[in-house]
Amino acid sequence: MSENVYDAIVVGSGISGGWAAKELCEKGLKVIMLERGQNIEHVKDYTQTNKAPWEFPHRGKAPLKLVQEYPVLKRDYPLNEINTDWWASDKDCPYTEVKRFDWFRGYHVGGRSLMWGKQSYRLSDLDFEANAKEGIAIDWPVRYKEIAPWYDYVEKFAGISGNKDGIDHLPDGQFLPPMDMTVVEKDVAARIKEHYKGKRHMIIGRAAHVTGPLAGRTQCQYRNKCGLGCPFGGYFSTQSSTLPAATKTGNLTLRPWSIVTKVLYDKDKKKATGVEVLDAQTNQTYEYKAKIIFLNASTLNTAWILMNSATDVWPEGLGSSSGELGHNLMDHHLGVYSHGHVDGYEDKYVYGNRPNGIYIPRYRNMYGEKRDYIRGFGYQGGASREGWGRNVAEYSIGVEYKEALSEPGPWTMGIGGFGEILPYHDNKATLDKTKKDKWGLNVLSIDCELKENENKMRQDMLNDGLEMLEAAGVKNVTGKIGDGTPGRGIHEMGTARMGKDPKTSVLNNFNQVWDAQNVFITDGSFMTSAACQNPSLTYMAFTARAADHAVKELKKMNI
Amino acid sequence: MNRRDAIARVGLILGGTVVGSQAFLSGCAKKSEVAATGSTFTPETVSFLDEVGETILPTSAASPGAKESKIGEFMKTIVSDCYEEKDQKIFMDGIGKLNEASNKKFSKDFMSLSATEKHDLLVEVDKEAKDYLASKKEEDPQHYFTLMKQLTLWGYFTSEVGSTKALRFLPVPGRYDGAYPYKKGDRAWAAT
Repeated sequence: MSENVYDAIVVGSGISGGWAAKELCEKGLKVIMLERGQNIEHVKDYTQTNKAPWEFPHRGKAPLKLVQEYPVLKRDYPLNEINTDWWASDKDCPYTEVKRFDWFRGYHVGGRSLMWGKQSYRLSDLDFEANAKEGIAIDWPVRYKEIAPWYDYVEKFAGISGNKDGIDHLPDGQFLPPMDMTVVEKDVAARIKEHYKGKRHMIIGRAAHVTGPLAGRTQCQYRNKCGLGCPFGGYFSTQSSTLPAATKTGNLTLRPWSIVTKVLYDKDKKKATGVEVLDAQTNQTYEYKAKIIFLNASTLNTAWILMNSATDVWPEGLGSSSGELGHNLMDHHLGVYSHGHVDGYEDKYVYGNRPNGIYIPRYRNMYGEKRDYIRGFGYQGGASREGWGRNVAEYSIGVEYKEALSEPGPWTMGIGGFGEILPYHDNKATLDKTKKDKWGLNVLSIDCELKENENKMRQDMLNDGLEMLEAAGVKNVTGKIGDGTPGRGIHEMGTARMGKDPKTSVLNNFNQVWDAQNVFITDGSFMTSAACQNPSLTYMAFTARAADHAVKELKKMNI
Repeated sequence: MNRRDAIARVGLILGGTVVGSQAFLSGCAKKSEVAATGSTFTPETVSFLDEVGETILPTSAASPGAKESKIGEFMKTIVSDCYEEKDQKIFMDGIGKLNEASNKKFSKDFMSLSATEKHDLLVEVDKEAKDYLASKKEEDPQHYFTLMKQLTLWGYFTSEVGSTKALRFLPVPGRYDGAYPYKKGDRAWAAT
């Protein structure tokens, strides 16, 4: 039994779990990181990443047989024949959709850090103060100046490429050199700046790619096959970055195939004592004990673990005393696109596959303006020359047609919105005790929808996109409001929010569960509001800060 | 493919130029039973499709044609494994329809036509498909030639022949330049 005792347990090995493990190990704690799925070893297990397109019989497209096995994953781009086993099995791990919710999960070492989009933006006080100013949900217990040094800290290690753009509400960070904009993006950016008199910006995306010297890492090679694992370690993932650092300390034990089913709670000490683990391969149950526990199982699964940790003291689950556990589920709403052609620049092309695009930070409901909705959205997109999939007006088939398609087509510019979803108490996940997964565990029931604020915003996302591209000289601009079903943003947040008051929040200002202060939650579930920026960098910063606090509290014998 | 590529592809679709990419984006999105796989594809069917593909993208001095990329085999694989039953039927019936059109125009089966005759026939069929597409509602069935042409482009330009001989294949660029010089005639980059 004694071999199951550690100083700290980290549940989950994705972006935030990897950071928790690294920080705690480097501070001298003996840590076990529990991962519910398979191990994926850096480089060695990136079995598809060096294959050419023609080595896949369906050139990447998922055959129908596979589609039928993935009723959820098939709803968007993740389902393909190339890295299917890096996405959780819909069959083995079902969930209940009270309303449609597209939940795309990565159950393996590294989690979605292997497949993430790598866009990395800071939040600012525009975001941290919004709930308080507008009377929405509850106030964040943290302000920008408290988290800024932690953003600095994680950026320096993770490696974030970006440009210092000097935009107050999208603070600059500790950047590696920015990636290049395409010649057309530069033109469009300049025209937007001029037309909107500096109130709208189009900048190069800030992305977790190594573009300059960074200890222990290799530079991005511009293959843009990141989602298959990078053999160069050119982007931040658990495998390329935090796991090697944690391993180097000699303090880390990594245990794949370990489904954490509950947090064990000592009601006399009001502390957690450890976790119960179900071995996903053998179905054996184990207990692991530790002084502190970090839950980084991803927003919805962290809520599931807490709800599944019900005791007679907390019948609705550990951390449920406020009534907010599992509630306030958020994502970013996507699916509104605008696009058009750009004349000229026929003497320019690109070299390399840039794993990044442009970013237009939020500008709505700022500068004294008020829309018929609150908060805002950003856009991601880019300009490139069309490929062989385009229409060629002059030829229908034949030699000339083939020759024309073998050359790049005209330049196009497109943008898609990423909108903020407000924290609504009734957007929630609960335990469905009528349905079991492969291991006989109750599953989650998800009840989440876009509401009036988001739907009004989507109209603006379309109108603004069309207008902005036209103002920038883009021709034949078209757009549409597409599928904005929650979950598709793959930015689940909010099910165990931070706050100042244990009566209205699950976590305190250092990500500690109010009801069990040696339990820290630093995945997306802590988010008190969603902002509209990609959230992973914020998880990294709060994780590092919470780990620092945890070890200090441990030394003071406070937890 | 990542989300940014997916967004870019949606951009392409918005621009009205689907061809393979939409299918790639959505997978086989709608629920359907897998039809009996491949059994209706005889070696003769594959040869027929090789000729259709070669007529759409013929061999030239600049690069090999679709036949060299084994386009018939590719179409067989995708139609058998990825197409829903209704599209499989449209595709297979399309072979008969092409022969009908061939007999009507030249009083010969498609396979007996000369290269020039095949070209002339498919130019007409392509126009027919485009006209159909122009008035097609979303729920209307696809035109068989739209499917054959999409598969030909997708199969050829992602094949080894198409990627390395018609396009430029550069698996490890090592750097990025957003204003790389281009002159007419330079090949497009292949997907890696």
